[in-house]
Amino acid sequence: MRAAAAIEEVFRAERARVLATTIRVCNGDFDLAEEAVQEAFAAALSRWPVEGTPDEPRGWLVQVARNKAIDTIRRRVKLREIVAAEDASEAAASFEHVAVTDDRLRLIYTCCHPALAPEAQIALTLRTLGGLTTEEIARAFLSAPTTMAQRLVRAKSKIKEARIPYVVPEASELAERTGQVMAVVYLIFNEGYAATMGDEWVRRDLCREAIRLGRLLVELTDGAEAKGLLALMLLHDSRRDARTTDTGDLVLLEDQDRTRWDRAQIDEALALVPVALTGGPGTYALQAAIAALHASAPTSAQTDWPQIAALFGELLRRVPTPVIALNHAVAIAMWQGPAAGLTRIDALEGELADYHLWHAARADLLRRLDRKKEAATAYRAALACVGSEPERRFLERRLAEVTA
Amino acid sequence: MQYMLLIYNQEKAWETMSEADRGKHFAAYMQFTQDIKASKHYIAGDALQPVHTATSVRVRDGKTQSTDGPFAETREQLGGYYLIDAKDLDEATKIAARIPDAAIGSGVIEIRPVMNFDK
Repeated sequence: MRAAAAIEEVFRAERARVLATTIRVCNGDFDLAEEAVQEAFAAALSRWPVEGTPDEPRGWLVQVARNKAIDTIRRRVKLREIVAAEDASEAAASFEHVAVTDDRLRLIYTCCHPALAPEAQIALTLRTLGGLTTEEIARAFLSAPTTMAQRLVRAKSKIKEARIPYVVPEASELAERTGQVMAVVYLIFNEGYAATMGDEWVRRDLCREAIRLGRLLVELTDGAEAKGLLALMLLHDSRRDARTTDTGDLVLLEDQDRTRWDRAQIDEALALVPVALTGGPGTYALQAAIAALHASAPTSAQTDWPQIAALFGELLRRVPTPVIALNHAVAIAMWQGPAAGLTRIDALEGELADYHLWHAARADLLRRLDRKKEAATAYRAALACVGSEPERRFLERRLAEVTA
Repeated sequence: MQYMLLIYNQEKAWETMSEADRGKHFAAYMQFTQDIKASKHYIAGDALQPVHTATSVRVRDGKTQSTDGPFAETREQLGGYYLIDAKDLDEATKIAARIPDAAIGSGVIEIRPVMNFDK
């Protein structure tokens, strides 16, 4: 029993790497590689307890998977493919000695290739690099398993038939493509973090997978922006237990019990932030820096609001969107008082009149200024366009307060 | 690996172009075609007459029916194509991006891998 558990552990740790290398060995054929890896794991399960665990389990698994893949191709008996497989096996042999590029890097760039639809990128990334089954991914995105399975089949077929290369992009494209990979990882995280439907367990699972992928990006690229993204996800996720009440109601940042924040995770992120901020910080690093200031503040009142406002100002210069302008205005309100924030928020009406958080932020400042009637009108406007149940309940509570 | 690059744009854009701009556009195509011939990517390529010359043919119950016009009325029309040889989709994409119409008006290039029946 214990041996089997130890083998399971190796699988979990090595699955993505073994698969990534096997896909390369199989000339980018995802299906062939997945099947071969499956068989290699099955072989390990029966042989390792008898023969002992090899010194280099990953190398062993890649070797066996490669042989299984070649067997499969031979069974398909097509001369050209055997030649291709033999070319590939030469490549594999050289890899075993000089691991120049981690194959997981090839895998992640291929999964997040812009020629694949965004939903397909997410599904493929979770399926191959993450440890999720098709059923789990379907559950997480509230779609039918057959729909998700078909999405994966289509994506893999496109990779094969349109010949999306299994490579790390060349230098001239690397920055842009890395940005796209990070966007996919952050999307997975937000789906887990901000999902308004679905059951709790699945949401946590997505956050955990996104953080795992974030760690992988840091490990593989060692880029400042990857560290920013990882820090940002760790910091948001550190508040998971304090964000909602037991009954699923929303708890605002200022009202959260900060002793329930995950300190270990915060510490890990705080160590990453200064590195992420070096050399012209990107947007993830700036957002991580903002989250880090929240995480370091003992109370909401003791938060370094001037610094947060300055960081949002910087972010706004990079990404001039109305939603960031709204966050900037709220930070200024926390720093200089509600009146200063309100002027800025009112200036955004043209762009955000349909956005419930614009109305909610306005309502909150009016409430703080004791302009209750106007606050009530703003809360009603927010309720008219809110989507999620917990947010609706929160706004209704506030509305009741100002109309009492 | 062969890819078909289908060139879509609004015919109106061409109709409203000045004589000088048409000249430049044409010269850009000549240059591009020459370049991909020199780089051995070119297999074939043509410009098509405008869609008002198109005829759609279908056979129903053994009878051939011809109708005036393209199969699908779309905002952009198929105006030409290149058949190229490229090592993978990334290379095909780079070549497609160099087609003059890719950067003009609402022009777009659709890349379709050619099916290989010898495999």
